[in-house]
Amino acid sequence: MAKAPDLSIDLAGIRLRSPVVTASGCFASGKEASEFVDLKKIGAVVVKSMTMEPWPGKPTPRMAETPSGMLNAIGLQNYGVEHFLAVDLPWLNRMGVPVIASIAGNTVQEYIYVAEMLRGAPGVVAVEVNISCPNLEDRNNMFSHDAKATASVLSAARRALEVPLFAKLSPNVTSVAEIAGAALDNGAQGLSLINTVMGMAIDIHTGKPKLAGVVGGLSGPAIRPIAVRCVFDVFRAFPHVPIIGMGGIMNSGDALEFILAGATAVAIGTANFIDPNSTTKVNDGILEYMKDKGVNNLASIRGRVKVEG
Amino acid sequence: MGRERNRVVVDASSRVPSGTGRNPTVIQQQAQILSYKKLRDDYFLLTIVAPEIAETAKPGQFVNIRPPADRQFILRRPFSIYKVNRRGEWAATIEVVFDVRGGGTAALASLRAHDMIDIVGPIGRPFAIPKNRNSCLLVGGGIGAVPLFYLAEELKGAGKRVDVLWGAQTASKLLNPIDAKRFGAQAVFTTEDGSEGVKGRVTDVMDDLLEKCGTEVIYACGPNGMLEAVTRIGQKHRIPVQVAMEALMGCGYGICMTCVQPVWNKTRDQIVHVRTCVDGPVFNGARIAWDNFASDPSVRASPAGN
Repeated sequence: MAKAPDLSIDLAGIRLRSPVVTASGCFASGKEASEFVDLKKIGAVVVKSMTMEPWPGKPTPRMAETPSGMLNAIGLQNYGVEHFLAVDLPWLNRMGVPVIASIAGNTVQEYIYVAEMLRGAPGVVAVEVNISCPNLEDRNNMFSHDAKATASVLSAARRALEVPLFAKLSPNVTSVAEIAGAALDNGAQGLSLINTVMGMAIDIHTGKPKLAGVVGGLSGPAIRPIAVRCVFDVFRAFPHVPIIGMGGIMNSGDALEFILAGATAVAIGTANFIDPNSTTKVNDGILEYMKDKGVNNLASIRGRVKVEG
Repeated sequence: MGRERNRVVVDASSRVPSGTGRNPTVIQQQAQILSYKKLRDDYFLLTIVAPEIAETAKPGQFVNIRPPADRQFILRRPFSIYKVNRRGEWAATIEVVFDVRGGGTAALASLRAHDMIDIVGPIGRPFAIPKNRNSCLLVGGGIGAVPLFYLAEELKGAGKRVDVLWGAQTASKLLNPIDAKRFGAQAVFTTEDGSEGVKGRVTDVMDDLLEKCGTEVIYACGPNGMLEAVTRIGQKHRIPVQVAMEALMGCGYGICMTCVQPVWNKTRDQIVHVRTCVDGPVFNGARIAWDNFASDPSVRASPAGN
């Protein structure tokens, strides 16, 4: 009798009971979703990005549905790091689920403020640095689109925090591996990829963009092949670095694609909107696959896509 | 470009309303279609066997339906609850009404009896039924009249006077005027093309109707422009207006922040972005910051999205 497969994973030295986590911004802080989801089955909750001050977000419309995806420009509406520490984190701790905090800002100083506030926060096992924010000090270019800006945010967060740092990378660059290198050289222990793909949709009857924010980030199955390719590229460049793979994962088959491409863990984003139980369904599906294929732990198949030559 | 926008702030200490998003009665289930019917020219009615949802659903709440699988549009569509039948020869059912706006609703219109759908509900804060106000005017714009049918039933059950005022572009877009006449002490219809009832808009006849009916509370659902105008008329007459707001939604249970409305805080010195799905869809009309919407209302998509 073969022993049951082990779903737990090692993510930058953190033991998670499941490889399935939530994608930032697609699960809030877990409270609403807990009406449907057994949080104990999730590896970790990656919470919505938090900023120094509360951010109001963008005007509506904030979302346009496009084929196999959704385009959004929410503008990181959140109540700020203090609210997270006072309200959301104690609740998550009571639920007994590991927390990966996501931080964002418009300047390096803002990232430092949030990172310092999170230092030593109970239950925060890692911090994801969301660098897909406009950099006010560089003509609103996203931090994640520039190796130097990426380096400056990561090294600042590194100085403030002791827990592992994951840099959340944007696919909207010529070489994701180059930005990944800049993040890893400056204190990131791991990488989260990908963030949304920049896109635009236009209402031909009004002649206006469908989003009040004009352009937005595309998520959902439409971007999955892009995400799988990014994980594949970055894993090949940095095979020893833990990767949280995400981008349009709807089921366990999709999740396994990311693992075979090189992901250590997988994050579920847009699928939570459609089926609040997506995370646990993916978790169960991965377990079935491991049983069927005789896989004892996911580390043994990570990055094992069979590429000739 | 239209009106100047107020600056929107978010301040956790003045959140409006308290909105934890917790809703202990919401469930997700596979539910069977009991029947499908076409109403007049433009609207479709689905009767869904959903005993648990029917048991707890209140007027103004909605359900979020996942369109049939393997289509290019993947998100759920929110639908106001039109009627609830708790005692039938079949298990308890709910009814939803929709019009076809795009691929998603076209797929729903292709559903037939015995088909299964994935449904989440009941969602949202319902209409409040005040104890001390007895004369209620229900104002519905086009398909916005949907949640007012269930509301009318509850109000009548609570012994209230109910008057109805439905407006639409044209007669075929007035929702079920026959039933509306049945439960309305007064039932007035307006159409912009004059094809039924009074030619014009609901706001053209509201002043007279409020006086004639001795209205003490107004309930409204429809396009934003109508809700804003109805709210202003209510304010002029010092009658409270509860509005059920429409919004594009991503998730429908409070996590994606797509469906926010600009709402004044209690002290009216800040506007905050409040989720329609779990903190609404029913709001006090006087609290909505009507000047803060995108200047062209046609940019805003309507309730059921596409």
